This record gives sequence, C-alpha cells and structure tokens, in this order.
Amino acid sequence: MTLDARLVVTRPAFTLDLALRAERGKVVALLGPNGAGKTTALRALAGLSPLSGGHISLRGRPLHTLPAESRPIGMVFQDYLLFPHLSALDNVAFGPRCQGVSKAESRRVAAELLERVGLAGHAAARPRQLSGGQAQRVALARALAVRPELLLLDEPLAALDAHTRLEVRSRLRRHLAEFDGATVLVTHDPLDAMVLADRLVVIEGGAVVQQGTPGEVARRPRTDYVARLVGLNLYRGAADGGRVDVGGLLVHTSEQFDGPAFVAFAPTAVAIYRSRPDGSPRNLWQATIEGVERHGDNVRVHLDGPVTAFADVTPAAVADLDLTPGQRIWASVKATETHAYPA
Amino acid sequence: MLVVPAVAGLAFLVLPLAGLLIRAPWSTLPARLAEPHVLEALRLSLVSATVATACCLLLGVPLAWLLARVRFPGRRLVRALVTVPLVLPPVVGGVALLLVLGRRGLVGQWLESAFGVTLPFTTAGVVIAEMFVAMPFLVISVEGALRGADQRFEEAAATLGASRWTVFRRVTLPMVMPGVAAGAVLCWARALGEFGATITFAGNFPGTTRTMPLAVYLALETEPEAAIVLSLVLLAVSVVILAALRDRWVSTP
Repeated sequence: MTLDARLVVTRPAFTLDLALRAERGKVVALLGPNGAGKTTALRALAGLSPLSGGHISLRGRPLHTLPAESRPIGMVFQDYLLFPHLSALDNVAFGPRCQGVSKAESRRVAAELLERVGLAGHAAARPRQLSGGQAQRVALARALAVRPELLLLDEPLAALDAHTRLEVRSRLRRHLAEFDGATVLVTHDPLDAMVLADRLVVIEGGAVVQQGTPGEVARRPRTDYVARLVGLNLYRGAADGGRVDVGGLLVHTSEQFDGPAFVAFAPTAVAIYRSRPDGSPRNLWQATIEGVERHGDNVRVHLDGPVTAFADVTPAAVADLDLTPGQRIWASVKATETHAYPA
Repeated sequence: MLVVPAVAGLAFLVLPLAGLLIRAPWSTLPARLAEPHVLEALRLSLVSATVATACCLLLGVPLAWLLARVRFPGRRLVRALVTVPLVLPPVVGGVALLLVLGRRGLVGQWLESAFGVTLPFTTAGVVIAEMFVAMPFLVISVEGALRGADQRFEEAAATLGASRWTVFRRVTLPMVMPGVAAGAVLCWARALGEFGATITFAGNFPGTTRTMPLAVYLALETEPEAAIVLSLVLLAVSVVILAALRDRWVSTP
C-alpha cells in the first residue's frame, strides 16, 4: 500500500471525512459533484489545506506532519498554474532546482520530460504561447520532474475544449500508466474517471458513497448521483426472491435474493406503448410523460408515475407514437434487462 | 455647467508649468547647467535619491510582503503607520528624525557613542530623510501588486518543493515586478523632490546635503534664472517618469 490516508477537514457548514488508499502504479479517481469536497481532499493531501484530523501515510511514513514543500508529491492544478514568467523548460526545471539539482542537470531532466510528453519543440515557449493541451502536458511534466511518489491531478481535463480533451485524455492515460507511484485524480466527469482510473471513489457531501473499479461502479450504482453519471435508472427497495418492491412498483428481476436491494436498468431498456401491450411483459406500468429531450442520437423521455424513469427511444418512435409532455403511456422493462443487487 | 470649472482647473495645473517654460533663459541654459554648483546639486540629488530608493527596496519590499501575505495581530495598525509619512508634513518628519537620530536623539546618541556615527547634516542624513518620506509610496505600490497576484502560483511552487524564500524570490517577486518597478520609480521621484525633511534633518551644505530642491529654493533669492533652470531639470525628470509609467496611470481602462 503506497498511500493510506484518512482526511478530516472541518469547516463551518462542511465536513470532509474520507478514507483513501492508493497503490503503487494505480490511479484512484475521486469523483463527485461540485462542492463534494474533492478538491479539498486533494489540497489536504498536498499540504495546501490543513487537516482537522486523520492522517496521511505514504509508504509507511507520515506525511501530514510535513509542510507542502517537503512532501514527495507532484500536483497538476486545474488551470495548470504554469509560471508565466518562465519558459516551458524552466517551468519543468523548477522542481529539480528546488531540490538542489544543478541548473544544467535540472534543464537536462526538464528537456527529457518535455520530450516524453511530446513538447521538445516548445521548450523555449512561454506558457501564454501554449495551447490548452500543451499547457496541460507541461504541467504534467513539471509535476513529474520532482520524481514524486504521489501524483495529484485536479480536474486535469476540465479546462480543455471537447475536441482537445479526447486526445489529451488518451495521452494522459498513457503517461499515468508509465508512472510508478500512486496517482489520485479529482474529476466530476465520469468518462475521465472511467478511462483514467483503476479505482473510483465517489464522494458526496464530504463522505464516500461508493467505491470500486470503474466497471463495478458503472454496473452497480448505489446513489442517484452515480446512477445519473453512468446513465442508469436506479431504485432502492426490498427484494423478495426474484421481485423487488421499489415502492409503488414490483420489479421482476433475473437475480434471486432477499433483503434490501438496488435495481438498475438502462434507459434504452425501457419500451413505450400508447396502449396496454399484448402478451403483457412482467414489468409494466402506466406513466405520464414529463418531458422529451434530445440525447445523443436518441430521444430521452422523462416518465413520471409509480416510479420516475428515463426512457431512451429513437426519434422515429417519438414521431410514430406522437410522444408529447403530459401524455399517458405504458412503459415496460424486460426482467432480463434489469439488474438487482444487495443494498 | 461643469466645463467652466473643469477648464479653470486644468489651466490652474498647467499654467505654472507653462510659465516656467516661457520664462526659461533658453540661450544661457547650457552654460547655467554646466555651472559647478548646479552640477554638484544635480549629482548629489541623483545619487541620494538612487541610494534611498535602493534602501527602500531592501526594506520596503519585505515590509509590503509582510503586510500582504502574513496575518498577524495589529496588521491594520501597521499598515496605517506605514502610510503616516504620506500625509505628514515633511518638515515634521525632519523634526521627528532629528529627535530620534539627531546627536542628542534617542538612537542618535547611541549611534555616536557606539560607532562614532552622526547622521544629521551629512549625505547619509539626506538619504535617511528621503527614505522616510518616499518609502510609503514603494510599500503601497508593492503591497497592492502582491494582493493582486494570484497566490495559487505560490502554492504550485510549494508543491514543487520550493521553500518560502525560494517561492518569494523565484515566483512572487518576478510576478509582481511591474508593481515593484512602478513603486521604485514613484519612490525615486518623491526622493528626488524631497525638500522639507531634508533641510530640517540634513541641513543645507553645498556638496554634502544641498540637493536640487534646496538649490532651487536658495537660488530663487539670489539668481532667479538659475532657479528656473534647476526647476526645468526637475520638471524634465517628472515628465520622463510620467512617460515611463503612462501605461500604469494615464491610460484609461
């Protein structure tokens, strides 16, 4: 275990209490809505915000007693914070210089890192001459130049436009795979988290609500926030064999167990009918259309009824069925398309 | 309704300067400037103002940093004290300096007995008087720049292993350099024009403490033309400074 921390930060009207572990060579993503305490947690790890309680240990040594400048960390900030008065090369050489490495050697290390992130040709450029994606790579090189044991990334892709983001994300993934220390990444974007992280820690309101591999979290969301992120309809209820009572609706599932349970299904699994369908599928309920909006190539229909749900249908279906807000329709989900798991 | 007083106000500010230019003895100007006592006063002024500015930078920038970055009890009071010389009549400053640093002063007595150093009526005294009056300009300018600077850059430097001193030297200072430069120029200009505190604390001895403003005042009684010439030099310096700092002050946002 490289990083083992319990971060407690108490502020008026906000408490962060978070246990966090990260192994060598692994990327842990802190995922959560704005104000969940992600950045606070990262700043506490870096030593930029004081801990109110808890501990941070890195490879068995306590870290929380050290000031920021003595911690073996590298940090990439959300808007990179490259020093505007220094060239890209000198920005990267800054860390080694602070560690007492000679000027020539620091620059050699910096040049090597810039080469590694594909910016050898921009060594002399000032930060304002760099594009967003380039600045992000310089910031990463600068953080790696101090040979950190723990790499901290604060929303590393948030400042980029959608087009650049795609390319920078895959590059970042490669660089993180090469890094042999532990990485903690903060993001509010589920896609960034899924692509970049080995493990997700979802926090809401300063506490962990769910953690696991990206696959686990995506398949078995445990809060509405996570369900929304991964695009699933999620209900909590009581399981009784192959049925889950989610309050107002008995959902038939393929899993068999008893006790408190979650049921999740994809919006694309929901079928919509104008009148009660024949052969009556087992999960059938009557709902009112709350709203209709474009969602990628499909149309997302908001349903209100015994349960609220999203249904994704094709634009052609919207035209055929004449789906408009306020309309009463029938909705159904096959038992095989639902997924139930213990709460 | 407002235009008339506005124009009158402008005239009030500009006319005296125009008068200075109109009455200037242009034909004898080069000869007057080359006179030894003029050159002497000019040299003394430039040297003492420059030394005073250098000393103000050494003491004032750390003071500005303290006021802008460190929370301590009584910070507001300290900031108020720093600005006192701005509003204090310079003569009063000179008297105060005499009382503290004069031969019978609180610190001056000790300086003389321990080191054999006397400040009043020496060139060092001129520098001290100029520093006292000019340093607040530097401190206020630098403190403003420090407050305006994004402190997250300093945090970024700390995560890279920079000590507080390295952060200050390699990140904070370069980023607030425009503010420091503007403050230094302002401080230098104020030091160059310093009169009241200088004549009170350092006296008026040719070659050692008679700076340009003192020479202007003195020449006005004996040879007005020389006073005009000296004034023109100071005016020219002011114009140059204004031109150098035009982006900072004169341009509208």
